[in-house]
Amino acid sequence: MNLDTPAGPVLYLSGVTVTFDGFRALDSLSLLVEPGELRCVIGPNGAGKTTLMDVITGRTRPDVGDVQYGEANDLTRMSEAEIVHAGIGRKFQKPTIFRAHTVFENLELALKMDKRVLPTLRARGTPEQEARIDEVLALIGLRGKARTLADLLSHGEKQWLEIGMLLVQEPGLLLLDEPVAGMSDEETARTGELLHSLAGKHSLVVVEHDMHFVDSIARKVTVLHEGRVLAEGPMDVIREDKQVIDVYLGR
Amino acid sequence: MSTATVTLTPSVAAPPSPPGRRLYPRKVWAVILSAYGVLAVAIPVLHLAVPASSPLHLSDYTVTLVGKILCYATVALAMDLVWGYTGILSLGHGLFFALGGYAMGMYLMRAIGRDGVYGDPVLPDFMVFLDWKELPWYWLGSERFLQQALLVVAVPGLLAFVFGWFAFRSRIRGVYFSIITQALTYASMLLFFRNQTGFGGNNGFTDFKRILGFPLASPRTRVVLLMLSATLLMSVLVLCRVLVLSKLGRVLTAIRDAEDRVRFCGYDPVSFKLFVWTLSACICGIAGALYVPQVGIINPSEMSPANSVEIAIAVALGGRGTLLGPILGAALLHGAKSVLTVAFPELWLFVLGLSFIVVTRWLPRGVLGLLWREGRS
Repeated sequence: MNLDTPAGPVLYLSGVTVTFDGFRALDSLSLLVEPGELRCVIGPNGAGKTTLMDVITGRTRPDVGDVQYGEANDLTRMSEAEIVHAGIGRKFQKPTIFRAHTVFENLELALKMDKRVLPTLRARGTPEQEARIDEVLALIGLRGKARTLADLLSHGEKQWLEIGMLLVQEPGLLLLDEPVAGMSDEETARTGELLHSLAGKHSLVVVEHDMHFVDSIARKVTVLHEGRVLAEGPMDVIREDKQVIDVYLGR
Repeated sequence: MSTATVTLTPSVAAPPSPPGRRLYPRKVWAVILSAYGVLAVAIPVLHLAVPASSPLHLSDYTVTLVGKILCYATVALAMDLVWGYTGILSLGHGLFFALGGYAMGMYLMRAIGRDGVYGDPVLPDFMVFLDWKELPWYWLGSERFLQQALLVVAVPGLLAFVFGWFAFRSRIRGVYFSIITQALTYASMLLFFRNQTGFGGNNGFTDFKRILGFPLASPRTRVVLLMLSATLLMSVLVLCRVLVLSKLGRVLTAIRDAEDRVRFCGYDPVSFKLFVWTLSACICGIAGALYVPQVGIINPSEMSPANSVEIAIAVALGGRGTLLGPILGAALLHGAKSVLTVAFPELWLFVLGLSFIVVTRWLPRGVLGLLWREGRS
């Protein structure tokens, strides 16, 4: 939405500083995400990864700095709900899905549509909507489980379902907080494939701890340390970076 | 929120909705309709047409008891909508029931006319007793049935709307919300106990004579009220079922299970909660209005916290989030109550507490969940 110039960056942060009681969670941080990019953000605990996500989704306001989504959206002036509507979807670490509903119903609830009370009461599924849900079901590999209660899914499947719930809202930018935490190796590999298939159509920012996973999916990696960008670049370059080895990889 | 107490977060409720537009499978409809037939046809016939000497005759007491239970069952349905489906545990639903009852009671008091003890054509007895000379402003027009019938819905609805607007907007949830609703009904009870409030103080309203010109003591009036109560229960059941099977119903359940995710999906949970909360209060008001002419009395004890807790227990006993369960739960609870409070009055509260413990500990889906499982195996 409102991505007037497709050539410009999707997400643009410049000089963002956030302090909590004197502690600098983000220290004049700058970050640029291009359309269709799959970006990984890594860094030790307390490096500011979650604060970064909070700033983008409007949960935390920066003390100073610019946060732009596309050309027209100044995220520092928008409410959380407005940011969701503008097309930024966020997936939390712990899967939050509607466990008493089927997989299909979960996606149906997330669909882009009039979400006020009375229109919702009258809403009936249309063939277009069903086609859209089916498309996403195929993408997240849960087509065979459309009628299964979400509560009965495995941990990995729940994570995929939640990603699917973001996808049906047709976001321009997806923020994923540790998407493979607690997953089996096979599930991790499939998640990597899923994220790869999404890149291009959507822009993704993935915060992750699992270095093997980052290694397998990342094209460009941003390393955060003490609220600053320590290094940025392709994974093989990052791995050789002396500073990064000192503060993070070496441990 | 980390309030993972058994009472607040129902385990996965209600099996996935049946495909298609049908509200219930044919077999379930058969059970519902035959129950309605017994209530609306068989009981009236056994009461009116069978002579009192016959063992098949149903006494006044039984008919009134059944009518009462039907009203309680309607309240349980309204409670299931907010608690079982939306996850809002109200411990003050008795207030909405009582307000509906008071609105109807005002009409019934005025309908006594000159037949009161003091024979005043306008003022109800308790006002004459307090030496009041004229009706307070809020009693104006209370002799008109239609006006009071409107208030039966409007007063609980408005109170619920205003209360809910503040509570839900401030994101008051879980036990905190429950405690505030409990305080609300308790404070209202104290208010209604005062003679100056103008609703008959601790005696409330009683000694009703007639409704719309029909004598309340007559068996026919009693039977009509019973049939109306059965029809109300039936209509509310259908209404609730339509609601919970709609997409709105799925949003409500989603709010119960993951309110933050609902917000991130772009819904405003406040307006959905407010809608279902207000609707639930209106239903309670109507049930209260049908209850009062049948039992012949309304007083502030209907607003006591214990009454509201009983409503919640009835829902838990029958099975949260099942609609049919709470009806069953209300019938079991109030059936047992009417037997036990006569036979062993001191035991009743123990039985009530014990049944609540048993249900929350071993039967998370209530008695209906038990029947369901056995029916399938």
